[in-house]
Amino acid sequence: MKAVQVPHLDALEAESIHIFREVAAEFERPVMLFSGGKDSIVMLRLAEKAFYPARIPFPVMHVDTGHNFDEVIDYRDRRVAELGVNLVIASVQAAIDSGRVVEETGPRSSRNKLQTVALLDGISDGKYDAAFGGGRRDEEKARAKERIYSFRDEFGQWDPKNQRPELWNLYNGRHKRGEHIRVFPISNWTELDIWQYIEREEIEIPSIYYAHRRPVIKRDGMLLAITPFLTLLPDEVPEEMLVRFRTVGDATCTGAVESPASNPAEVIIEVAAARITERGATRADDRISEAGMEDRKREGYF
Amino acid sequence: MEMLRFATAGSVDDGKSTLIGRLLLDSKQIFEDQLEAVEKTSREKGFDYTNLALLTDGLRSEREQGITIDVAYRYFATPKRKFIIADTPGHVQYTRNMVTGASTADLALVLIDARKGILEQSRRHAVIASLLRVSHLVLCVNKMDLVDWEEDVFNSICEEFSEFAAKLDIPDLTFIPISALNGDNVTTHSDHMPWYGGPTLLYHLEHLYIASDRNLIDPRFPVQYVIRPMSNEHHDYRGYAGQVSGGTFRPGDEVMVLPSGMTTTIAGIDSFDGPVSEAVPPMSVTIRLTDNLDVSRGDMICRPRNASVATQDVDAMICWFTERPLSERTTYGIKHTTNNARCQVRHLAYRLDINTLSRDESATELNMNEIGRVQLRVTAPLFVDEYRRNRMTGSFILIDEGTNETVGAGMIIGTDA
Ligand SMILES: Nc1nc2c(ncn2[C@@H]2O[C@H](COP(=O)(O)OP(=O)(O)OP(=O)(O)O)[C@@H](O)[C@H]2O)c(=O)[nH]1
Ligand SMILES: [Mg+2]
Repeated sequence: MKAVQVPHLDALEAESIHIFREVAAEFERPVMLFSGGKDSIVMLRLAEKAFYPARIPFPVMHVDTGHNFDEVIDYRDRRVAELGVNLVIASVQAAIDSGRVVEETGPRSSRNKLQTVALLDGISDGKYDAAFGGGRRDEEKARAKERIYSFRDEFGQWDPKNQRPELWNLYNGRHKRGEHIRVFPISNWTELDIWQYIEREEIEIPSIYYAHRRPVIKRDGMLLAITPFLTLLPDEVPEEMLVRFRTVGDATCTGAVESPASNPAEVIIEVAAARITERGATRADDRISEAGMEDRKREGYF
Repeated sequence: MEMLRFATAGSVDDGKSTLIGRLLLDSKQIFEDQLEAVEKTSREKGFDYTNLALLTDGLRSEREQGITIDVAYRYFATPKRKFIIADTPGHVQYTRNMVTGASTADLALVLIDARKGILEQSRRHAVIASLLRVSHLVLCVNKMDLVDWEEDVFNSICEEFSEFAAKLDIPDLTFIPISALNGDNVTTHSDHMPWYGGPTLLYHLEHLYIASDRNLIDPRFPVQYVIRPMSNEHHDYRGYAGQVSGGTFRPGDEVMVLPSGMTTTIAGIDSFDGPVSEAVPPMSVTIRLTDNLDVSRGDMICRPRNASVATQDVDAMICWFTERPLSERTTYGIKHTTNNARCQVRHLAYRLDINTLSRDESATELNMNEIGRVQLRVTAPLFVDEYRRNRMTGSFILIDEGTNETVGAGMIIGTDA
């Protein structure tokens, strides 16, 4: 028999589907984090495939900072309705309103840190014992170190110096009450893989991922969209540019890139030639310090 | 595109992370912001040169201590191939993380510091790679710049390693003299070592014929999850979801289900993208059976004349990961394919001496980072194959039932105690 090579997207897909099914079989209350961003959209498609023709057997949770792009929220609601899955919202605004957390103020304020509180509250309120996240190891150097099953203690903390060995495709999801496992089914996908998959599978994604004209300002080398949530600095003047988003997160700290790419094929060409990482180009939240991501992850961030 | 997964190995400070950094940099896979960050840190720390190891040593403690603690996964592609790299730690304390990275690799890059020669940790990693049946091993003799690019140094290390490797099971062994720091023989040929006529490391990685670890002969399908839609449209649907772990499955095939031993045929193989005419490893699919048998997670679908062995007695090599030693009569949790059970260590046959490869039969325990052969008695039958025949149905992990930690990795040798 000829040893036919499996195309790499098929190998990645098969691995991700295996992970979804493993979690659904071994955990009592899994939940999937869904932001409406491209990674979580691909993750949702993989979950759909894993359980076909049955429905996805767990709810999805959106950690909502309140600073959203309308296109993304529309997409989220439409997709969730199509699939017939439950949507749980872990709201940062609600945490602020209840006085559980205090919001930063000023033009450079961000709700990024507060997301962790809303996320951990959401997980404990729902008594979830596993939470799927769309993190990829190619995104960032601390993520590059994370297991597919990432153990979290009762405070949601990650201990990068003491991770469980993870061999072959034998995942150890055992935990005590109050602890949980973060599961990253697309750990081994790169930004390029995601786009090639979106193209191959003809997956619809929110329009802001493709070129469009919008008013932006340049701040710290990034293009930030003008939204009601953004406070301008005195000398900042909005300018209309042809842009698209490489990542989609909180609207106040997700930057756009100048781009004429208007479909997956054009984005693929652009991504393949990119000289700056996806997060480096577009995420103000990652610029905090050299170990910004690691520190946030230790505290329970995605 | 073809994908090659490889892991680094070798003793602490032999230059593994530097090599990966160099490989990524010289094949233009490092983004500007990543390189800038590493250059900045190197300057701040007062290094004479940019420390490329910082490209993979991403944790705060790793940067503080200048060592790798846990595996870093990196991805890169050339026009020839797509690569998944696991850069693993050399420090003996973190051997479990090296095993983690190597368990899914097709190829191991074992680094040796040319000044130090072959160390105990180099041997341990070579033994682990061979036990895990990583089919290709490349021995990179690194830091050639520090031994005046001497051919003799390279040759004598190769000779010593060949002698040692002869006692191991390593189907494909290659030697390359390099300087990770300067990039000699990494992506371009070195002017300093005209005596070396072989390929550069990158050329070798791009061109070697990848011996597949997939078993395409013995049909094995561990049932992972039963799909019952409970919807009007698919009222009576019952599908067995899982990942093909060996051989080929086609609609109409006669199959046997373990543990019941009942036989039936495959009514259809389903996927979101439509019916599947042929399922091979590593595809994740859903199998429907013609007869309504009692099948659940942990069962194994195979063929009547080609089946896994159903057994409660397992004979295996174990790598031990934790401070509390493995000892006879202790009970652990065991995960094998999609089965969870408990097992007791009935007998420790021997502990392997990493340096001499001799067997210490007087050993009564396995300490952290040691390797040995054990007989286990499992609370329920597992459906197993020898690891050398099938990585997926021949491997298992041991779990401490008190702490829930993964404490050992097992590779099945035989199925009768
Ligand atoms: N002169 C010289 N130094 C090198 C070379 N390769 C690596 N080094 C240096 O060796 C030291 C250790 O390198 P690392 O890449 O961190 O070693 P490692 O094998 O990854 O170490 P662990 O991951 O902790 O096991 C660093 O100071 C490197 O700059 C080389 O080819 N020549
Ligand atoms: Mg290292």
